[in-house]
Amino acid sequence: MGRLTFFLSEAFRALSRSAAPSIAAIITVAVTTLLLGVLAPVLKASGEKNQEVREQIGLRVFLFDDATEADLKSLEKRLAGVPHVTGSRFCSKACAKRTLAGRLEDDDVLTELNSNPLPRSFELDIDDPGNLHSVTAAISPPNSAGKPTPISPAIDEVRDAREDAAEITKVTSAVKIVLLVIAALLLLASLFLVANTIRLSIYARRREVEVMRLVGATNWFIRWPFMIEGVIVGLAGAGIAVGILWLGKVTIVDPLANDFALIDNLSTTGFVPLVLLLVGAAVLVSALGSGITLRRFLRV
Amino acid sequence: MNLLGTRDRSRTRRRGGEGHDRRPQREAAAKRHAGAPPIIELRDATVVYPGGHVGLDRVSLDVDRGEFAFVVGPTGCGKSTLIKLLIRELEPAAGQVLIAGRDINSMPSDRVPQLRRRIGTVFQDFKLLPNRNVYDNVAYALQVIGEPRGQIRSKVPEILRLVGLQAKIHSYPDELSGGEQQRVAIARAFVNHPPLLLADEPTGNLDPETSIGIMQLLYRINRTGTTVLVVTHDREMVDKMRRRVIALEEGRLVRDQAGAGYHHDESTTEFAARMRAELGVADEDVAPGRGH
Repeated sequence: MGRLTFFLSEAFRALSRSAAPSIAAIITVAVTTLLLGVLAPVLKASGEKNQEVREQIGLRVFLFDDATEADLKSLEKRLAGVPHVTGSRFCSKACAKRTLAGRLEDDDVLTELNSNPLPRSFELDIDDPGNLHSVTAAISPPNSAGKPTPISPAIDEVRDAREDAAEITKVTSAVKIVLLVIAALLLLASLFLVANTIRLSIYARRREVEVMRLVGATNWFIRWPFMIEGVIVGLAGAGIAVGILWLGKVTIVDPLANDFALIDNLSTTGFVPLVLLLVGAAVLVSALGSGITLRRFLRV
Repeated sequence: MNLLGTRDRSRTRRRGGEGHDRRPQREAAAKRHAGAPPIIELRDATVVYPGGHVGLDRVSLDVDRGEFAFVVGPTGCGKSTLIKLLIRELEPAAGQVLIAGRDINSMPSDRVPQLRRRIGTVFQDFKLLPNRNVYDNVAYALQVIGEPRGQIRSKVPEILRLVGLQAKIHSYPDELSGGEQQRVAIARAFVNHPPLLLADEPTGNLDPETSIGIMQLLYRINRTGTTVLVVTHDREMVDKMRRRVIALEEGRLVRDQAGAGYHHDESTTEFAARMRAELGVADEDVAPGRGH
């Protein structure tokens, strides 16, 4: 117990003596943690969306309206023979209309249409999403100019659900990558700033360290105050970030969540695990930063 | 009396050795004859600094328990290297360094703190912490080896009384004279009552009167049974002390002899009086006028 109070008093003594670098490190840790706190729910949500899209993978072969019944019969046989195709369903114009109606919340649009413009199609089941490209190539192999040429004149277009998904995810993933890069850079910056704070602290206390070494303090006895100093920086930074996140949740996200179901399941659920994750990450980064410096500058 | 023994054992020893000044030198001499290994033993110890400079060149010597010995020589002769070697700040390129019969360079590095706790070291530049007062400077040495607070509270005032600084307990190092700073450094080195005390140039920048006071203090510590090894270039002081002198030159041992007229049983007061007389310093507290 006496040791712990000694370590803590040494750590606080060092922090208050080199206030400017300590504050810089605390703010950087806070900004990094804050960004992670915003990013983590967004990444989690978009990850779930991606998974959902992947599970829906299938291939749709759209047909020309003027294709004959005989064409369709022979095409169905050929499609069933394509490797990796595990099943096929024919979807008539009426079927297509029903599917669309199911997706639309307001199906007035369909009743207002006098005719049915939707094409007939075959829906193919593929054994594995990874084989999508080879199946597409088998049904509609590219000609010498690289343009897809369907194996049957009845085929208008071959589309996989991933193309739709790609459109959606392309935008979100670009944002995601940018945010991730910024987060990684900030993480690195906090690591180095904490490391630098500890380095300055070691420098400011080199006489103490020397005396400790020479009177026979053990290596860990010398290291602990510096480790604790780093962890205090991490905790302070995480505390500020969590405070801001909580304010943001109460003032911005919670009122919106009453109106929009979308926001609700994004960021307000699991606030406690999120806080634990953030504090854990901040402390880990700070301890790592201290550890790096101690290894390099405190050979005891 | 094992140098590398546990702290508990050293405590019992101290309690038994009631009254530091009264323990006769003969007792230490008797132990020497009992076959205990010398407290310091160098066997062909060679230190080569990076760059090829030879700090110590095949030095062999023994220092017995309870001895008071000087290491002298010009600047750069390897005196400070010797101290660093004894506390394993440096490792020899060849040869062996034995403390209390144990080769300190073959012990695992996590035992080094234990070794250093059993050797008090007074550094040339004192190495006092400027932002702590006298009490805290001495207490710090105990805190960092995990000494319980109660022990610190009783040991620190006791040692400050021994070195004669009880009145300066709340002063900061920059408020003290050179001699007083040296006393704080000695108090810090001896607060744990180590069996071996090393002092690097303890009278380096001090006037003769203050130097005698410091030497008297080291002699008093020696009389408690502690082996004292003093590194100095102050030849005049050494000659007057009439103790064993180990002379180094360019890293080599050139002379090792006991001083003529070695007074084993001289009391610290007699010692100081004789030193003042021989160095021609005015004697204030023993017999006025005798020093001239």
